[in-house]
Amino acid sequence: MAAPLPATTRQVDPSVDEDSLADTPWQAIVWNDPVNLMSYVTYVLQKLFGYPEPKATALMLDVHHKGKAAVSAGDKDKIEGDVAKLHAAGLWATMQKTS
Amino acid sequence: MNGWKKTGRGSKVRLVATLEAQEAAVLRGLLTEVRGMLAGRSDDNPADELAVLTGIRTGPSTRPTDRVLARLLPDFTMEDADLAAGLRSLHEPALIEAKDAAAAQTLDQLPETGGRIELTPDQADTWLTALNDVRLALGTALDVSEDMPEDLPEEDPRSAHMGVYHWLTFVQDSLVQSRMQVR
Repeated sequence: MAAPLPATTRQVDPSVDEDSLADTPWQAIVWNDPVNLMSYVTYVLQKLFGYPEPKATALMLDVHHKGKAAVSAGDKDKIEGDVAKLHAAGLWATMQKTS
Repeated sequence: MNGWKKTGRGSKVRLVATLEAQEAAVLRGLLTEVRGMLAGRSDDNPADELAVLTGIRTGPSTRPTDRVLARLLPDFTMEDADLAAGLRSLHEPALIEAKDAAAAQTLDQLPETGGRIELTPDQADTWLTALNDVRLALGTALDVSEDMPEDLPEEDPRSAHMGVYHWLTFVQDSLVQSRMQVR
Protein backbone atom coordinates (compact mmCIF):
# COMPACT_ATOMS: atom_id res chain seq x y z
CA MET A 1 0.00 0.00 0.00
CA ALA A 2 1.34 3.35 -0.96
CA ALA A 3 1.69 5.97 1.66
CA PRO A 4 -0.27 9.15 1.10
CA LEU A 5 1.73 12.10 -0.07
CA PRO A 6 3.26 13.82 2.92
CA ALA A 7 1.53 17.03 3.72
CA THR A 8 3.85 19.94 3.23
CA THR A 9 4.50 21.66 6.48
CA ARG A 10 3.90 25.33 6.29
CA GLN A 11 5.43 27.49 8.92
CA VAL A 12 3.75 30.54 10.20
CA ASP A 13 5.20 33.51 8.38
CA PRO A 14 7.71 35.17 10.63
CA SER A 15 7.33 38.90 10.76
CA VAL A 16 10.14 40.36 8.75
CA ASP A 17 12.31 43.20 9.76
CA GLU A 18 15.80 44.15 8.66
CA ASP A 19 17.42 42.66 11.74
CA SER A 20 16.03 39.21 11.05
CA LEU A 21 17.03 39.12 7.38
CA ALA A 22 20.45 37.68 8.16
CA ASP A 23 18.98 34.70 10.05
CA THR A 24 16.58 33.58 7.35
CA PRO A 25 17.62 31.35 4.48
CA TRP A 26 15.73 32.94 1.55
CA GLN A 27 14.95 36.45 0.38
CA ALA A 28 12.57 37.89 -2.19
CA ILE A 29 14.41 40.48 -4.27
CA VAL A 30 12.68 43.19 -6.30
CA TRP A 31 14.76 44.51 -9.21
CA ASN A 32 14.71 47.92 -10.80
CA ASP A 33 12.74 48.07 -13.98
CA PRO A 34 12.35 51.00 -16.41
CA VAL A 35 8.57 50.60 -16.73
CA ASN A 36 7.08 50.06 -13.28
CA LEU A 37 5.97 53.25 -11.57
CA MET A 38 7.52 54.24 -8.24
CA SER A 39 4.05 54.93 -6.84
CA TYR A 40 2.78 51.52 -7.95
CA VAL A 41 5.79 49.63 -6.52
CA THR A 42 5.27 51.39 -3.17
CA TYR A 43 1.57 50.52 -3.21
CA VAL A 44 2.23 46.86 -4.05
CA LEU A 45 4.74 46.50 -1.19
CA GLN A 46 2.20 48.00 1.23
CA LYS A 47 -0.60 45.81 -0.01
CA LEU A 48 1.22 42.47 -0.30
CA PHE A 49 3.30 42.66 2.85
CA GLY A 50 1.31 45.07 4.99
CA TYR A 51 4.31 47.39 5.30
CA PRO A 52 3.60 50.92 6.51
CA GLU A 53 4.02 53.54 3.80
CA PRO A 54 7.44 54.85 5.03
CA LYS A 55 8.93 51.34 4.93
CA ALA A 56 7.40 50.56 1.52
CA THR A 57 8.69 53.87 0.18
CA ALA A 58 12.19 53.22 1.56
CA LEU A 59 12.30 49.79 -0.09
CA MET A 60 11.02 51.23 -3.38
CA LEU A 61 13.74 53.90 -3.27
CA ASP A 62 16.36 51.20 -2.65
CA VAL A 63 15.09 49.38 -5.74
CA HIS A 64 15.21 52.61 -7.72
CA HIS A 65 18.64 53.84 -6.60
CA LYS A 66 20.53 50.62 -5.84
CA GLY A 67 18.94 48.48 -8.55
CA LYS A 68 17.37 46.00 -6.15
CA ALA A 69 16.11 45.44 -2.62
CA ALA A 70 15.28 42.46 -0.44
CA VAL A 71 11.60 42.97 0.37
CA SER A 72 10.92 39.87 2.45
CA ALA A 73 12.77 36.97 4.02
CA GLY A 74 11.82 33.58 5.34
CA ASP A 75 11.78 29.90 4.52
CA LYS A 76 11.73 28.71 0.93
CA ASP A 77 7.95 28.09 0.77
CA LYS A 78 7.10 31.53 2.06
CA ILE A 79 9.50 33.30 -0.29
CA GLU A 80 8.32 31.23 -3.25
CA GLY A 81 4.79 32.42 -2.47
CA ASP A 82 5.94 36.01 -2.07
CA VAL A 83 7.70 35.97 -5.46
CA ALA A 84 4.59 34.46 -7.08
CA LYS A 85 2.51 37.33 -5.64
CA LEU A 86 5.05 39.93 -6.80
CA HIS A 87 4.94 38.43 -10.32
CA ALA A 88 1.15 38.53 -10.29
CA ALA A 89 1.42 42.25 -9.48
CA GLY A 90 3.89 42.69 -12.35
CA LEU A 91 7.02 43.44 -10.34
CA TRP A 92 10.32 41.97 -11.48
CA ALA A 93 11.18 39.72 -8.53
CA THR A 94 13.37 36.73 -7.86
CA MET A 95 14.26 34.61 -4.85
CA GLN A 96 17.74 33.94 -3.60
CA LYS A 97 19.49 32.24 -0.74
CA THR A 98 20.77 34.63 1.87
CA SER A 99 24.52 34.70 1.56
CA MET B 1 -9.83 61.52 -19.09
CA ASN B 2 -8.89 63.83 -16.25
CA GLY B 3 -7.68 61.17 -13.85
CA TRP B 4 -9.33 59.18 -11.07
CA LYS B 5 -11.16 60.78 -8.14
CA LYS B 6 -12.17 59.22 -4.87
CA THR B 7 -15.83 59.67 -3.97
CA GLY B 8 -17.96 58.52 -1.03
CA ARG B 9 -16.90 57.13 2.32
CA GLY B 10 -16.66 53.81 4.11
CA SER B 11 -18.30 50.98 2.19
CA LYS B 12 -19.53 53.47 -0.42
CA VAL B 13 -16.09 54.66 -1.41
CA ARG B 14 -15.54 54.52 -5.18
CA LEU B 15 -12.77 55.50 -7.56
CA VAL B 16 -14.29 57.28 -10.51
CA ALA B 17 -13.08 58.36 -13.93
CA THR B 18 -14.56 59.13 -17.33
CA LEU B 19 -13.02 57.69 -20.47
CA GLU B 20 -13.45 59.08 -23.97
CA ALA B 21 -14.65 56.60 -26.57
CA GLN B 22 -11.24 56.55 -28.22
CA GLU B 23 -9.47 56.00 -24.89
CA ALA B 24 -11.77 53.08 -24.08
CA ALA B 25 -11.05 51.61 -27.52
CA VAL B 26 -7.27 51.90 -27.08
CA LEU B 27 -7.41 50.27 -23.65
CA ARG B 28 -9.71 47.52 -24.92
CA GLY B 29 -7.30 46.81 -27.77
CA LEU B 30 -4.28 46.58 -25.46
CA LEU B 31 -6.02 44.38 -22.87
CA THR B 32 -7.26 42.07 -25.61
CA GLU B 33 -3.76 41.88 -27.07
CA VAL B 34 -2.23 40.91 -23.71
CA ARG B 35 -4.92 38.25 -23.19
CA GLY B 36 -4.14 36.89 -26.63
CA MET B 37 -0.41 36.66 -25.88
CA LEU B 38 -1.05 34.87 -22.59
CA ALA B 39 -3.50 32.49 -24.26
CA GLY B 40 -0.89 31.76 -26.93
CA ARG B 41 1.58 30.77 -24.22
CA SER B 42 -1.02 28.46 -22.60
CA ASP B 43 -1.95 26.93 -25.96
CA ASP B 44 1.69 26.00 -26.50
CA ASN B 45 1.41 23.93 -23.37
CA PRO B 46 -1.91 22.03 -23.34
CA ALA B 47 -2.89 20.14 -20.19
CA ASP B 48 -1.70 16.55 -20.50
CA GLU B 49 -3.55 13.42 -19.38
CA LEU B 50 -1.80 13.40 -16.04
CA ALA B 51 -2.78 16.99 -15.34
CA VAL B 52 -6.40 16.23 -16.22
CA LEU B 53 -6.41 13.23 -13.87
CA THR B 54 -4.68 14.87 -10.92
CA GLY B 55 -5.93 18.39 -11.41
CA ILE B 56 -2.36 19.55 -10.90
CA ARG B 57 -1.38 21.67 -13.86
CA THR B 58 2.21 22.16 -14.75
CA GLY B 59 3.48 24.73 -17.17
CA PRO B 60 6.51 24.81 -19.44
CA SER B 61 9.90 24.82 -17.73
CA THR B 62 11.54 27.17 -20.21
CA ARG B 63 11.34 30.96 -20.34
CA PRO B 64 9.23 32.41 -23.19
CA THR B 65 11.38 33.37 -26.17
CA ASP B 66 9.19 36.41 -26.80
CA ARG B 67 10.60 39.25 -24.67
CA VAL B 68 7.19 40.72 -23.80
CA LEU B 69 5.95 37.37 -22.49
CA ALA B 70 9.28 36.84 -20.74
CA ARG B 71 8.76 40.13 -18.89
CA LEU B 72 5.17 39.26 -17.93
CA LEU B 73 6.25 35.79 -16.77
CA PRO B 74 9.69 36.24 -15.15
CA ASP B 75 12.05 33.57 -13.85
CA PHE B 76 11.77 32.79 -10.14
CA THR B 77 15.49 32.78 -9.52
CA MET B 78 18.70 33.69 -11.31
CA GLU B 79 20.97 31.53 -9.21
CA ASP B 80 19.89 28.03 -10.07
CA ALA B 81 18.63 27.14 -13.56
CA ASP B 82 17.06 23.84 -12.44
CA LEU B 83 15.18 25.52 -9.62
CA ALA B 84 14.04 28.29 -11.99
CA ALA B 85 12.74 25.68 -14.46
CA GLY B 86 10.92 23.73 -11.76
CA LEU B 87 9.30 26.79 -10.18
CA ARG B 88 8.23 28.14 -13.58
CA SER B 89 6.58 24.84 -14.39
CA LEU B 90 4.81 24.86 -11.04
CA HIS B 91 3.64 28.50 -10.93
CA GLU B 92 3.22 29.69 -14.50
CA PRO B 93 -0.30 28.34 -15.16
CA ALA B 94 -1.70 30.14 -12.10
CA LEU B 95 0.18 33.32 -12.97
CA ILE B 96 -1.25 33.32 -16.50
CA GLU B 97 -4.71 32.64 -15.08
CA ALA B 98 -4.44 35.54 -12.61
CA LYS B 99 -3.26 37.98 -15.27
CA ASP B 100 -5.95 36.86 -17.69
CA ALA B 101 -8.66 37.20 -15.03
CA ALA B 102 -7.49 40.74 -14.20
CA ALA B 103 -7.56 41.73 -17.88
CA ALA B 104 -10.99 40.11 -18.34
CA GLN B 105 -12.51 41.93 -15.35
CA THR B 106 -11.07 45.22 -16.55
CA LEU B 107 -12.52 44.64 -20.03
CA ASP B 108 -15.91 43.86 -18.44
CA GLN B 109 -15.91 47.19 -16.62
CA LEU B 110 -14.74 49.20 -19.60
CA PRO B 111 -17.70 51.07 -21.11
CA GLU B 112 -18.13 50.13 -24.76
CA THR B 113 -18.16 53.66 -26.13
CA GLY B 114 -16.43 55.39 -23.24
CA GLY B 115 -18.11 56.99 -20.25
CA ARG B 116 -18.03 56.89 -16.47
CA ILE B 117 -16.26 54.09 -14.61
CA GLU B 118 -16.85 53.48 -10.90
CA LEU B 119 -14.61 51.05 -9.08
CA THR B 120 -14.68 49.64 -5.57
CA PRO B 121 -11.21 49.54 -3.95
CA ASP B 122 -10.93 45.80 -4.75
CA GLN B 123 -11.91 46.39 -8.35
CA ALA B 124 -9.36 49.20 -8.51
CA ASP B 125 -6.64 46.76 -7.36
CA THR B 126 -7.55 44.48 -10.26
CA TRP B 127 -7.47 47.43 -12.68
CA LEU B 128 -4.04 48.42 -11.36
CA THR B 129 -2.73 44.91 -12.04
CA ALA B 130 -4.19 44.85 -15.55
CA LEU B 131 -3.01 48.38 -16.37
CA ASN B 132 0.45 47.47 -15.14
CA ASP B 133 0.59 44.37 -17.35
CA VAL B 134 -0.48 46.41 -20.37
CA ARG B 135 2.20 49.04 -19.60
CA LEU B 136 4.80 46.33 -19.11
CA ALA B 137 3.88 44.77 -22.44
CA LEU B 138 3.93 48.08 -24.31
CA GLY B 139 7.00 49.40 -22.47
CA THR B 140 8.95 46.21 -23.23
CA ALA B 141 7.88 46.25 -26.88
CA LEU B 142 8.93 49.92 -27.11
CA ASP B 143 12.23 49.21 -25.36
CA VAL B 144 11.52 51.91 -22.79
CA SER B 145 14.56 52.82 -20.72
CA GLU B 146 14.99 55.14 -17.75
CA ASP B 147 17.09 57.65 -19.65
CA MET B 148 14.72 57.79 -22.60
CA PRO B 149 13.52 61.33 -23.45
CA GLU B 150 9.82 62.07 -22.92
CA ASP B 151 9.36 62.58 -26.67
CA LEU B 152 11.34 60.58 -29.19
CA PRO B 153 12.55 62.21 -32.41
CA GLU B 154 9.93 62.02 -35.16
CA GLU B 155 12.04 59.72 -37.28
CA ASP B 156 12.03 57.09 -34.53
CA PRO B 157 9.39 54.51 -35.50
CA ARG B 158 8.36 54.23 -31.85
CA SER B 159 7.45 57.91 -31.48
CA ALA B 160 3.85 57.41 -32.64
CA HIS B 161 3.24 54.87 -29.86
CA MET B 162 4.83 56.82 -27.02
CA GLY B 163 1.68 58.91 -26.59
CA VAL B 164 -0.28 55.79 -25.71
CA TYR B 165 2.43 54.70 -23.29
CA HIS B 166 2.49 58.10 -21.53
CA TRP B 167 -1.30 58.10 -21.39
CA LEU B 168 -1.26 54.67 -19.70
CA THR B 169 1.33 55.97 -17.24
CA PHE B 170 -1.02 58.82 -16.34
CA VAL B 171 -4.08 56.54 -16.00
CA GLN B 172 -2.22 54.07 -13.79
CA ASP B 173 -0.42 56.63 -11.63
CA SER B 174 -3.62 58.58 -11.07
CA LEU B 175 -5.41 55.37 -10.01
CA VAL B 176 -2.58 54.47 -7.59
CA GLN B 177 -2.75 57.96 -6.02
CA SER B 178 -6.53 57.75 -5.56
CA ARG B 179 -6.36 54.17 -4.31
CA MET B 180 -3.77 55.13 -1.69
CA GLN B 181 -6.20 57.67 -0.24
CA VAL B 182 -8.56 54.82 0.68
CA ARG B 183 -7.71 53.31 4.03
